[in-house]
Amino acid sequence: MTVSMPRPDAATIEKRGVIAATLRSIVPGEGVIDAEDGRRVFESDALTAYAQSPLLVVLPRTAAEVSAVLRYCHGRGIKVVPRGAGTSLSGGALPLADAVLLGLSRMSRILEIDYDNRVVVAQPGVTNLAITRAVEGRGFYYAPDPSSQIACTVGGNVAENSGGVHCLKYGLTTNNVLGVELVLVDGEVTRLGGKALESSDHDILSVVIGSEGLLGVVTEVTVRILPRPLAARALLLGFGSVEDAARCVGTVIGAGVIPAGMEMMDRPAIQAIEAFAAAGYPLDAQALLIVEVDGVEAECAHLAAEIEAMARACGATSISTSKDEAERLAFWAGRKAAFPAMGRLAPDYFCMDGTIPRAALPRVLTRIGALGDLHGLKVANVFHAGDGNLHPLILYDGNNEGELERAEAFGADILRLCVEVGGVLTGEHGVGVEKRDLMGAMFSAVDLAHQQRVKCAFDPMLLMNPGKVFPTLHRCAELGRVHVHAGRLAFPELPRF
Amino acid sequence: MNPPLFAAPANEAELVEAISTARDERRTVELRGAGTRAAVGDPGRERAIIDMGGFAGIIDYEPTELVLTVGAGTPLAEVERLLAANGQMLAFEPHGGTIGGVMAAGASGPRRPFAGGVRDHLLGVEGVSGRGEAFKAGGRVVKNVTGYDLPRLMTGSWGRLAAITSLSVKVLPKGRAEATVMVEGLDDAPALALLARAAGSAAEISGAAHIPGMGTAMRLEGFGPSVAARVEMLRGLCASSGEARLIEGDGSPALWREVRDASGLPQDLPLWRVTAPAASGARLTADLGDAARLYDWAGGLVWIAAPESVDVRAAASAVGGQAMLVRASDEMRARIGALHPEAAGVAALRSRIKAGFDPAGVLDPERFGKAQI
Repeated sequence: MTVSMPRPDAATIEKRGVIAATLRSIVPGEGVIDAEDGRRVFESDALTAYAQSPLLVVLPRTAAEVSAVLRYCHGRGIKVVPRGAGTSLSGGALPLADAVLLGLSRMSRILEIDYDNRVVVAQPGVTNLAITRAVEGRGFYYAPDPSSQIACTVGGNVAENSGGVHCLKYGLTTNNVLGVELVLVDGEVTRLGGKALESSDHDILSVVIGSEGLLGVVTEVTVRILPRPLAARALLLGFGSVEDAARCVGTVIGAGVIPAGMEMMDRPAIQAIEAFAAAGYPLDAQALLIVEVDGVEAECAHLAAEIEAMARACGATSISTSKDEAERLAFWAGRKAAFPAMGRLAPDYFCMDGTIPRAALPRVLTRIGALGDLHGLKVANVFHAGDGNLHPLILYDGNNEGELERAEAFGADILRLCVEVGGVLTGEHGVGVEKRDLMGAMFSAVDLAHQQRVKCAFDPMLLMNPGKVFPTLHRCAELGRVHVHAGRLAFPELPRF
Repeated sequence: MNPPLFAAPANEAELVEAISTARDERRTVELRGAGTRAAVGDPGRERAIIDMGGFAGIIDYEPTELVLTVGAGTPLAEVERLLAANGQMLAFEPHGGTIGGVMAAGASGPRRPFAGGVRDHLLGVEGVSGRGEAFKAGGRVVKNVTGYDLPRLMTGSWGRLAAITSLSVKVLPKGRAEATVMVEGLDDAPALALLARAAGSAAEISGAAHIPGMGTAMRLEGFGPSVAARVEMLRGLCASSGEARLIEGDGSPALWREVRDASGLPQDLPLWRVTAPAASGARLTADLGDAARLYDWAGGLVWIAAPESVDVRAAASAVGGQAMLVRASDEMRARIGALHPEAAGVAALRSRIKAGFDPAGVLDPERFGKAQI
């Protein structure tokens, strides 16, 4: 593994058998996995470049079991790594050799559908798509739609504050969650929020969402559901240059239109996708936009005509608007096949996730191309164009000596570039282990110390998901004594993991 | 008695100095914007004022990026004028004097259920914590999950974690057309049932209020052809409830300003702001007799003006809601905390977070009573 993690505690690993026996008394039956081949199943999440077998895997079925597991681990000083479906692209669920992996997959029931308040209450292991499936018969849906929505869980969505292609208009997870039941590291069960749109504890709820499993374990989630728009239409717009496509995006938003989705692909992505999925994408285009509008039919018809006119004015080389649902889905099928399409070009790829001010896009894509040449690696770009969220896909072959390290270095250069132009390290995938050591490019030591004060309020012994998010995690007692003068910490930095 | 002025910093260095001095001298300070909500909280608590008016002005605004960065002390009216000139708005429909004050109070208006609240639009902050340390969190782009979401933690914190000097907010296009469909003569329960049907329909309403004695109002905003189609849709939905009247032109925004500010309620009675699950709105007020009330957010927000003897807080608790005391006599405000008491576990988390950001208790620790530091 090329990323360094906290040094495992040998004494804890030696006690694996005793810990397993105790956990079996809390979660009986198949709920505790300690055999080596069983543990190895959980060694990675979707960031497969990194792998580590956990100390043990425990799969509780109730909040009471989660609470008892945490109380026991807390009492013994044993670290805990929570995991949903393991679809994190940033290594948020990467195990540790001396930590219990707490999987929530068996807590997979929808507890309540409340149409009067337009909310669903679900256990954390319910998949994102299952919520929509449960309410679509009544014309509702759950808006955040990460591309892994068939598999990813709503508990994992809360941990990562997951987005999706529709989040410019409908928001991320944090904009669609009203409450959680949270088990704190010492086993105390607490509730934040509920079915009301606002309550005084939504401030605390807000830091739990997107905290990447470092503050506690969510055992129940209350989400808002929305009425499904009556109609949707997608436009496929080809452009002769990235600049023209970027200008079109700015023009659409400047005209007061917030599309339900607005995706851009560069030429390498278009070529790879078309070869893989035969989606009907124009192979002569340098950049391609998919713009989706939704709402009542009158809204879709009006906006589609407006966007067609704007695309023409921006020099679009091809314009097609979906005539029916089948064609709309065909337009999207290509975009949704972007990741598997990359699998045909190279054995491995990294999917980066920075966000930039949209105006910087042409400049950033040019620089990314140049950085690729520098590192000797190919890159294709898919891009949530509406909200400026880039997904450069770095192609590499992990079997070639040194190529993983080159890909990591290339990725780090891209993310530093995002910060340099006024953007951020991650738009929706989370920091995890992947971007942990880049946090200093965006935040000062004082900024990070303020974030860590939240961590210390929840988990003063730093037992929850260590080695993620923070490049350096100070002991909470030391953090309390930190005196800062003129923006500089007056005590020596502790070593990095 | 008005609290004395402690400092009026003109820049971040002076603010660091002011908070550090307060910490060293064991003073407590209230951060003051325009003072819109100065009367929320215990009037007798010890504190001096830090005037945040020095942090006024537009810092960065690029309409097509949908992001505005602005000094916290900037008058809300100035922000809204600038946005309006570019066909944009703060979608959470705030009421207040300064943008920082709106954020500190987390005060969202009628569009909250449909477009999100203050917290949903806050992207980044810079400021000085109670430790006297300048820090930043979040970013200046519309999509960001880098690090803990401290901007959202600051929203509704009443300036008791940090003094925010600048903030970045997501801005959105303002609808080109607006119309309100109003049904008159409905009692509270059927009115709220109608609003729930409208909110759960595909008509994409952007306001849902019931004003007893006046009517039940649903707002539509957007592009002209879309609004026209949705007006017809709403009329159909209202058909079984009564005759639907259309309010267009200036009448519609004027109506929603009145809803936002609850300005139609009696001014001489204590005023409560109750948030609760939307479907419990009518149940909440059933026990409150003839207390004056206004329902917003399709029933999820209820403004109640009632005599001191009416226990609005107990009624809110009974339906799983919370009641904030927005306006009352000094005597009542000293007796009853402005914020709804929280469960012990949440209160413990809150005080540990407060201790992390403001260990010496500089930033208005007793605004909501000694129990709620």
